[in-house]
Amino acid sequence: MSLSTKEVNKIAWLGRIAIDDDKIEAYARDLSGILDFVEQMSVLDTSTVTPMAHPMDQTQRLRPDHVTEENQRGLFQANAPLVDAGLYLVPKVIE
Amino acid sequence: MHNKTIAELSQGLQQKQFSSFELTEHFLNRIQQHNDKLNAFVTVTGELALAQAKGADARIASGQSNALTGVPIAQKDIFCTQGVRTSCGSKMLDNFIAPYNATVVEHFNKTGAVMLGKLNMDEFAMGSSNETSYYGPVKNPWDLGTVPGGSSGGSAAAVASRIAPGATGTDTGGSIRQPAAFCGITGLKPTYGLVSRWGMIAFASSLDQGGPMARTAEDCALMLQTMAGFDEKDSTSVNRPVDDFSATLNNSLAGLRIGLPKEFFGEGLDPEIAKLIHQAIAEYEKLGATVKEISLPNMNLSAPAYYVVAPAECSSNLARFDGVRYGYRCENPKDLHDLYTRSRGEGFGAEVKRRILIGTYVLSAGYYDAYYLKAQKIRRLISDDFKQAFQEVDVLMGPTSPSVAFRFGEKSADPIAMYLSDIYTIALNLAGLPGMSIPVGFSKNLPVGMQIIGNYFSESHLLNVAHQYQQVTDWHHKAPAEFCDEKR
Repeated sequence: MSLSTKEVNKIAWLGRIAIDDDKIEAYARDLSGILDFVEQMSVLDTSTVTPMAHPMDQTQRLRPDHVTEENQRGLFQANAPLVDAGLYLVPKVIE
Repeated sequence: MHNKTIAELSQGLQQKQFSSFELTEHFLNRIQQHNDKLNAFVTVTGELALAQAKGADARIASGQSNALTGVPIAQKDIFCTQGVRTSCGSKMLDNFIAPYNATVVEHFNKTGAVMLGKLNMDEFAMGSSNETSYYGPVKNPWDLGTVPGGSSGGSAAAVASRIAPGATGTDTGGSIRQPAAFCGITGLKPTYGLVSRWGMIAFASSLDQGGPMARTAEDCALMLQTMAGFDEKDSTSVNRPVDDFSATLNNSLAGLRIGLPKEFFGEGLDPEIAKLIHQAIAEYEKLGATVKEISLPNMNLSAPAYYVVAPAECSSNLARFDGVRYGYRCENPKDLHDLYTRSRGEGFGAEVKRRILIGTYVLSAGYYDAYYLKAQKIRRLISDDFKQAFQEVDVLMGPTSPSVAFRFGEKSADPIAMYLSDIYTIALNLAGLPGMSIPVGFSKNLPVGMQIIGNYFSESHLLNVAHQYQQVTDWHHKAPAEFCDEKR
């Protein structure tokens, strides 16, 4: 499995990660190597195997629909890079 | 004092041979003296530790103490600690002050343990050598030119150099057991669901599990007692009564059935390590155990399956780092897309980016069945192999890692070579099983670890098996000369 630099750019776009142009080829090489490595999985016929989602086949627990957390906006926003009047600020999206 | 185990320190505190304040000062001094060489701590919380120690001394004086009250421990910097920077070894979280405590941290606080600080680690726990940390690599106290293992390398190095009596770690593919082996200490990766993941920064949620790292199995039992238990805040926490992990440490091992998976002793294993493992097994035979070769036929596919499941879950977990709500934000973003991509591109290191990209690829449209679903099916087969094995034997034993600690830079240029250093540990995470690493000797003057694997929720038995070996051997008491001046 060999990834082209074009494919790496597409994946990087999907994953929202900026990669410098001069590093794209190194990523293409490393990622292709990793995909070759995981390709070993295909030696096994798994058509009749049920995928395992949880080691003990436990399903997600439900809880009563009650409020358990109080609003701590100020505390949480103390870590934000840019806030104003309780709102997170980002560059303008609509001109 | 630093040569005492947690159990011995606990006894000394209860008998008032020394106070928690004196003990904490002693370890803070040791950290100050040695940490520059080791780079094990990224944050030392001296003032907080001394305040906690005073509180612990008051509790001990009033007779309301537990085994860990007043004992100093350190937290891997993946556990959120309220009001204290929680970096996860990443530039992305270099400025992140956790607004709450992880459940594990809460448990330690409730029992009155003292937190010395936060320990270095591979970035977001992705690595096997600690070389991916934003804060630079941790050094192995046995040889400062070799890696301590990873991702819980700071934890292992701190315990081995005796600048902390015990530390927490997390294990997604071997991150407790492999560094424990490389640094000559004892570490336990619990059954998936035994220790709460709440407030433990997520890497691969179906594999991540926190656990104790200390010098002895007895100490790991004391720490695990504090860490384990159902937590309704963690939706994958398993609701069942917690064993008394110290109660069965002294049980006899007569009749113990040990299985040796032949796949653990094949090509790629350092022959000197194989020899030491067989010597340790011979000790177990003297203790009354019987040994039998078994097979885990799908073992060879555990690393390929892991490097689909872990990156896939990583890419989805790390999507939360957007440069908007917390964490690193790039300078002068020209639009929202630029803000996201540059904040993530600049905030994450190379290995984290590689895994996010692999994860993004295997989850992208058209590839899900071929990769993620296939890996989840192989996971079932690996888990079935273990189920089969545990019908015939009580525990499995084998090497923790195919080599001793390697040198800095030796594997960092080749991701696959690095991934293969976890070849024996990964399968347990895929199956959700508990495992330990205990020191069983030295090769090339570096520690060698043996892995002990048990069935689901058999931690008390694993600790018993490890403890009995430590009663008849003294590998776990060996200390690196450079950091250990005082005779035991």
